[in-house]
Amino acid sequence: MATAFSAPKLAAQPFSTISPSSQDRPLKIPFLGSTRKLRCLGSSRLNLSRRPSGPVVAVSDVVKAKKPTQNPSLLITKDEGLELYEDMVLGRAFEDMCAQMYYRGKMFGFVHLYNGQEAVSTGFIKLLKQQDSVVSTYRDHVHALSKGVPSRAVMSELFGKSTGCCRGQGGSMHMFSSEHNLIGGFAFIGEGIPVATGAAFSSKYRREVLKEANCDHVTLAFFGDGTCNNGQFYECLNMAALWKLPIVFVVENNLWAIGMSHLRATSDPQIYKKGPAFGMPGVHVDGMDVLKVREVAKEAIGRARRGEGPTLVECETYRFRGHSLADPDELRDPAEKAHYAARDPITALKKYLIENNLAGEAELKAIDKKIDELLEDAVEFAEESPLPPRSQLLENVFADPKGFGIGPDGRYRCEDPKFTEGTAHV
Amino acid sequence: MSLKFFAHFLFIFQVYISVFLLIIHLQFHFFEIAFLFYFFAGAKPMAAIFQGVGAAATLSSSPSNSFDSNNSVFSPLTSFSVRRGASFAVVRSDGILNLNPKGRRAQQLISNAVATKADSAASSSSSKPGHELLLFEALQEGLEEEMDRDPRVCVMGEDVGHYGGSYKVTKGLAEKFGDLRVLDTPIAENSFTGMGIGAAMTGLRPVVEGMNMGFLLLAFNQISNNCGMLHYTSGGQFTIPIVIRGPGGVGRQLGAEHSQRLESYFQSIPGIQMVACSTPYNAKGLMKAAIRSENPVILFEHVLLYNLKERIPDEDYICNLEEAEMVRPGEHVTILTYSRMRYHVMQAAKTLVNKGYDPEVIDIRSLKPFDLYTIGNSVKKTHRVLIVEECMRTGGIGASLTAAITENFNDYLDAPIMCLSSQDVPTPYAGTLEEVTVVQPAQIVTAVEQLCQ
Repeated sequence: MATAFSAPKLAAQPFSTISPSSQDRPLKIPFLGSTRKLRCLGSSRLNLSRRPSGPVVAVSDVVKAKKPTQNPSLLITKDEGLELYEDMVLGRAFEDMCAQMYYRGKMFGFVHLYNGQEAVSTGFIKLLKQQDSVVSTYRDHVHALSKGVPSRAVMSELFGKSTGCCRGQGGSMHMFSSEHNLIGGFAFIGEGIPVATGAAFSSKYRREVLKEANCDHVTLAFFGDGTCNNGQFYECLNMAALWKLPIVFVVENNLWAIGMSHLRATSDPQIYKKGPAFGMPGVHVDGMDVLKVREVAKEAIGRARRGEGPTLVECETYRFRGHSLADPDELRDPAEKAHYAARDPITALKKYLIENNLAGEAELKAIDKKIDELLEDAVEFAEESPLPPRSQLLENVFADPKGFGIGPDGRYRCEDPKFTEGTAHV
Repeated sequence: MSLKFFAHFLFIFQVYISVFLLIIHLQFHFFEIAFLFYFFAGAKPMAAIFQGVGAAATLSSSPSNSFDSNNSVFSPLTSFSVRRGASFAVVRSDGILNLNPKGRRAQQLISNAVATKADSAASSSSSKPGHELLLFEALQEGLEEEMDRDPRVCVMGEDVGHYGGSYKVTKGLAEKFGDLRVLDTPIAENSFTGMGIGAAMTGLRPVVEGMNMGFLLLAFNQISNNCGMLHYTSGGQFTIPIVIRGPGGVGRQLGAEHSQRLESYFQSIPGIQMVACSTPYNAKGLMKAAIRSENPVILFEHVLLYNLKERIPDEDYICNLEEAEMVRPGEHVTILTYSRMRYHVMQAAKTLVNKGYDPEVIDIRSLKPFDLYTIGNSVKKTHRVLIVEECMRTGGIGASLTAAITENFNDYLDAPIMCLSSQDVPTPYAGTLEEVTVVQPAQIVTAVEQLCQ
């Protein structure tokens, strides 16, 4: 693990932890896109002998090692394990409940679900402090939940109620929470990356200009493979590396941008390689394995906290559902879907916990039940919450409502009672 | 040229003082006697009279206003000077009647705009002399003062640091405040504007400079989607106290892409405020107000106005972001303008006054939202409106302003609103052609004549 990060800037080699896809082959076959033949699952086992030694271990390898009962090389403690499990189950169950509610007509518009990618969100965000910031895209429900936004708030927001985290004004694609430092929720891809860079800049500014000595807030920017062909991505990689901003760029490479396969859209599909081009380490990790993601995240976040600069982490992951609930998802090869379904991160973690005697079936089932109840409560809360009244229409357009200007009668328009009622025309 | 100007100024000033003192004596009914006395009293030293007037003036609300009152009341004196040839009775009555209500209102307008500190009123009854500077220096002064006042204010842009800004607005700031507070960015408008927005959301108060306003077209995504909308979309959780500024407008043969007027493109974005500065006084005032505002503000400067010189007060002041500025009170027609066109209008006003018209010139300053109070009062008085702008004809600020006036003040209009804008033509390089795309004073004169038939 140390190799990826301690290497000098320009020579930083991308470090990958798993399967054949990580090795530097000439351009041909790094990823499992639907146009490629699926790799046989057994090949990952063959890698045992070739795998560089280090703290990151494949889940399957640990299982196969048949170590004595002490399990000295476990990656997580029991509490951590349960925390990770609970967070991933919350994410999965929440998204499933979203789909249900959508088809029942409780929410509308574009809803993008995160099923299958939970390992990335949990693996990264659970290492953050409250003051660290997270910036996401439209696929942001689970990032919000992992960061600590209550499920009630997220569900109400989806239902468009005034008790939602954004008072019903944001919706599925714009989750914000100033308390938990979740800075969005952006609908256009790539739009959040400069905002994340700005948040990281703030952190550096606080430390160096405002002299808040302990300010080591880190920002995580999550975005997808499609975004990696966008100008904002490259511009921000440049600026972050230039100024050594405390930011981690997390690419959730789920191989598809709606119906556009990553391989059809990108000249060099190996996104992690683009990091060293800007002078930051680029790391590839199996995004279906929460423990691996967590290890990489620890290192990347630690780097940022110490002021060593940004990191580009590419998580190879997969979304089990379509791009959004409106996407029929007909383009993807069922075999590919099945392959990744077999690598479900929740199942994998469950297996790991049980086989390493970190938790029992009953405990995990209890967590499942607890999450189900939590979600039922969230749905009920959202259902019963009031819809935003008309008076809310004009309330947050300006932080300082004098911005509506001076009316013909000489008074500021915001003093007009029609403004507080929401019936004024602006 | 400045000497001639100063002489002209002094002469007008004499008359002003005479009439001003005259008003004070009106109540004592020593009309004719007082008038004759003070007419000849104009020979006294100007400074003494000015200070005396400032102290004794019943009209000015505070001594610090006396400087600004000078600016506001100054212009109507041109009408006095013109009509002096006619009978004095006319001048006096007109002058007095004009002076009181408008003078008071104009001073009220500015007293709202001036951040009068409690001690400045109690201090010496005379205003401080002020200092003279160019418009870009005024912007720099405003920026520097705000950066001194609040350590969270920072500047980002291309060549703002070591180079001092391509129009020298940020000169010297990097040496004083460091490279992180005055950040030289790579050429990535969309991203560094987004970065400014992210920084604003997390507690800083950035001032983002577009080297030329036209370059901010590249940042349109961030300005429209994030800058304007995120306060609302987040349900009020994040404020974005960012200032986006830069020079725009048609310069001297800069070519089409460097001569753009973006105010028309940005005006529809909900959640932002737009202001345009035109004098060193309002440049500094608007810069400071924009930085202090919690709303995102776009400050439009003009490439050709950076070297304007004016004397501005020493004390701290801001210009209200939502107010318009009365440049020249008048009776016959309301001319609404902003930025560089203000000077074309004032030039046309000289001609118009010589021809016997009395235009009221208002610099709207606040492009979004419009100050409907100042504009409305003017329309109610003159019943004729001419809008002179540098924006494009289609969908420009003038078009919006026409709609707003028609909507609100249609009953007060005696004639359709005339709007003079730049032609819908990419600004050509050739000087002769470029001149024709922009509104010239002669056109303004013709339009007023047409309007006042």
